Amino acid sequence: MRVNVNVNGEDMTAENVWPGESLLYVLRERLGLPGSKNACEQGECGSCTVYFDGVTACSCMIAAGQAEGRAVRTVEGLAEEPGKGSDRTLGTVQDAFVEAGAVQCGFCTPGLLVQTDDLLERTVGAGKGAPDDAEIREALAGNLCRCTGYEKILDAVRLAAGRRAESGAAHE
Amino acid sequence: MATTTAPTVTDLSSTTRDGLGSSPRRPDGTLKVTGEFAYSSDMWMEDMLWGMTLRSPHPHARILGIDITEALKVPGVETVLTHEDVPGAKRYGLEYKDQPVLAFGKVRYKGEPVALVAADHPETARRALERIKVDYEVLPPVSDSRRAALDPEYPLVHEEGTLKIHEEYHQSGNRVRYQPIRTGGFRDVAGEKEREREVLDALRARADAVVETEYEVGMQDQAFLGPESGLAVPEEDGGVHLYVATQWLHSDLWQIVPCLGLPEDKVRMTMAGVGGAFGGREDLSMQIHGAMLALRTGKPVKIVYNREESFYGHVHRHPAKMRFEHGAKADGTLLYATLEIIVDGGAYASATPAVVGVASSLGIGPYEVPHVLVDAYGVYTTNPPCGAMRGFGAVQACFGYESQMDKLAEKLGMHPVDLRIKNAMSQGSRIITGQELHSPLPMADMLQRARDLPMPVDRSELPDPSDLRTLPGGVAGTTHGEGVVRGVGYGVGLKNLCFSEGFDDYSTARVRLEIVAGEPNVLVHTAAAEVGQGLVTVKGQIARTELGVENVAINPSDTRVGSAGSSSASRQSYMTGGAVKMACEAVRASVFAIARERGVVPADRDDADLSLAGGKLVSAADGVLTSLADLLGESASGGTVVEETREHHHRPTEMIDPVLGQGSSHTQFGMCVHRAVVDVDVELGLVKVVALDAVQDVGKVLHPQQLAGQIQGASTQGLGLALMEEIQVKDSEIRNPSFTDYLIPTILDTPPMRIEVLEHPDPHAPYGLRGAGEPPTLSSTPAIVAAVRDATGRALTHAPVRPEDIVGIDL
Repeated sequence: MRVNVNVNGEDMTAENVWPGESLLYVLRERLGLPGSKNACEQGECGSCTVYFDGVTACSCMIAAGQAEGRAVRTVEGLAEEPGKGSDRTLGTVQDAFVEAGAVQCGFCTPGLLVQTDDLLERTVGAGKGAPDDAEIREALAGNLCRCTGYEKILDAVRLAAGRRAESGAAHE
Repeated sequence: MATTTAPTVTDLSSTTRDGLGSSPRRPDGTLKVTGEFAYSSDMWMEDMLWGMTLRSPHPHARILGIDITEALKVPGVETVLTHEDVPGAKRYGLEYKDQPVLAFGKVRYKGEPVALVAADHPETARRALERIKVDYEVLPPVSDSRRAALDPEYPLVHEEGTLKIHEEYHQSGNRVRYQPIRTGGFRDVAGEKEREREVLDALRARADAVVETEYEVGMQDQAFLGPESGLAVPEEDGGVHLYVATQWLHSDLWQIVPCLGLPEDKVRMTMAGVGGAFGGREDLSMQIHGAMLALRTGKPVKIVYNREESFYGHVHRHPAKMRFEHGAKADGTLLYATLEIIVDGGAYASATPAVVGVASSLGIGPYEVPHVLVDAYGVYTTNPPCGAMRGFGAVQACFGYESQMDKLAEKLGMHPVDLRIKNAMSQGSRIITGQELHSPLPMADMLQRARDLPMPVDRSELPDPSDLRTLPGGVAGTTHGEGVVRGVGYGVGLKNLCFSEGFDDYSTARVRLEIVAGEPNVLVHTAAAEVGQGLVTVKGQIARTELGVENVAINPSDTRVGSAGSSSASRQSYMTGGAVKMACEAVRASVFAIARERGVVPADRDDADLSLAGGKLVSAADGVLTSLADLLGESASGGTVVEETREHHHRPTEMIDPVLGQGSSHTQFGMCVHRAVVDVDVELGLVKVVALDAVQDVGKVLHPQQLAGQIQGASTQGLGLALMEEIQVKDSEIRNPSFTDYLIPTILDTPPMRIEVLEHPDPHAPYGLRGAGEPPTLSSTPAIVAAVRDATGRALTHAPVRPEDIVGIDL
């Protein structure tokens, strides 16, 4: 079958999709977007988290056909000013993860970035201030990381929240 | 992170930005946050096929026949391969070549690879697997590791006999290795059972307190997130190029080549992005299979395991059954210890011999004990194969000896820290193999520091003690504070770092200095595996510090440079870091020689007067002599390129002998001390870890931020082993091969982790550093279990602790 889906603002079409394929498989193997990761493919680890019509979801749990006509935003679409090649500007969350040492092997990172971006949208972005540690832990509870022990991830989220709040204040 | 400074071997103060001692961003960080970093499962080619593996549904069965006829008829299937298609050697293995590439004769564990398919789509391949007919004669599992070690009548897993690689390993029957150690009064009667018993009885009579306990450590999974995967590309010369995620490219290569029947130069290996390893990528998974399919079909073949297959696709941490007995005087002085340690290697040896070597030699931990008897066994069973996982051998033993220390302290009415300090080893002490601890071991100080760390606030002082998120069970609301008891526990672990027992695990580095666009540029090339730990950052820091050049690039790891050894045993900063340092020193010496040749250096200045800093050649006496750009010239315009390759070997080690277990088998030792604070719902058996604080001596801090990441990550894996992680094996079958049923710590399970780092340099190691990645994995588990014991009063002899253990229900 054919699947039409808007990914990171671009209308894309995947041909010859077997109906049993997941959105994750279509993104990775048919649309050239392997950033979303295939760690468990059973909805337990959060590594494949994407925005699906604006709501975060495990793309491994979405059948390809369910994505027809929907809007998907992946880790590849998180950079705030994408498309500048080696000079690309990282998004606030992406930059904070590297700076805080929250990235080791990096396999969980794409999912955590999307989930963190969503958390900050719902908190800082909605004028509710930076999330406290307990809120961060609840928001990221569905994203497994095997390398870091999560301490540096907490650092990264706090850093990104602070910077997003600053830049929000600067815009006002 | 608090850092305590001690005298250093080398002054690392460097004027070069992002050198050693600072925390530069990791060079692969940007690609990893944009989604562009190419992991092994991201490999893709236009015309590639998908490979898939048929695995045995039985733990133990004879293969009477394999019929691939129907599978070949599935449209889209390009080939189906069995053991008959293995071009060269039929078996491979890390230490013993005992593992079939594809099963023949017998299968020895559930999940063993039997046949391969290459097809145009994963679903096509899966359907073809269903159509392969394998005729099995099912045999009873050989699943009891104690019987495998001690019962000569127990059925053999390898009926054809154990491979006699090392006679000194006492290989026989299902024993992969038996290692005894005898010290003190046991030494003169070694191996004479009756007289050993007499010595033991006499020691018991002299002891004021004796504790004897059986412990079990469950089978832990590395649970790296990036599944086994890779791409095999056939090449025009009849060879194959593999893009895979591994811990040691050359070890893979040396195992793959004989099985493919190709000369070594026909198999090229490039490291693809590694999604975590933790020991689970020391053994081969899809490498030979992918290469066989690519060579047969003439097309690129991609293989990606899913999570369930991954549980069958790599070795796990050896489960252990251990009997420990310790005797002490009334003042806490340890008198004797006897240990029986049985680790279950499963169907194939993998790293089992080395695991036995570590578990035995470090069996009593960092304690002075005059009379010791150790019997350590690694065995074959038809259980899932076990091999390397972070801290191997030492993790299992540490749970045993630390539990014993707590039990003794309780019996003697001592504080557990006081008992440990009373018996603590220090520099100059000898472990039970007779090996002297040649570098500082400030164990007593570390214990005191751990005890003195600030305690987390009491529950009653929390802003909202009824906040469910602070309680065991969390927002599930299983308690509002009733039945919740706090406990505190300590753990200490001693770990060997780098490979042991005579193994020369050298590393190779090539460093190139040239002038590009008017600036000095350095390229560092090794074959070392970046598995997430941050070696890729450290290699650059070393080059910047040694050569005074800011622009440092890291060449992708491949086999076009010599072996780097494995990214395991906490050894890469030491071994590959040391190789990069040596190659940089050679480059620097070459630059000095060139400068002399060209008359830039005053004749009366020796090399000790010279240094490289800020891209310039500097004399301590005369200041800047020249810039590197002027000295070497633009490389594109015929300028001088300086390139040096060096191998770094650590000091040689030796085997421990097969009778008394004596010998200096280890390269370096690392230590971590943990203090755990837990809140336990004693009615439901749920645990919340409130704090997990560590004191570790790392010799020298190279990258403070990455170091913290290693310690916190290792501590968390120890938390998993303490409270939740166990592959459930019944009748040799895994019952929980998924992240739904095999639980690893989430961010909700993991507490704040304070770290105190000490820097007592090891004079034999580059920069005085000590490997840091493993020691916290040892001490974290017993510290947490001790804290749960403190809260509950239960004996808790099994790691992980299960809810039924806490509430005292026998299931």
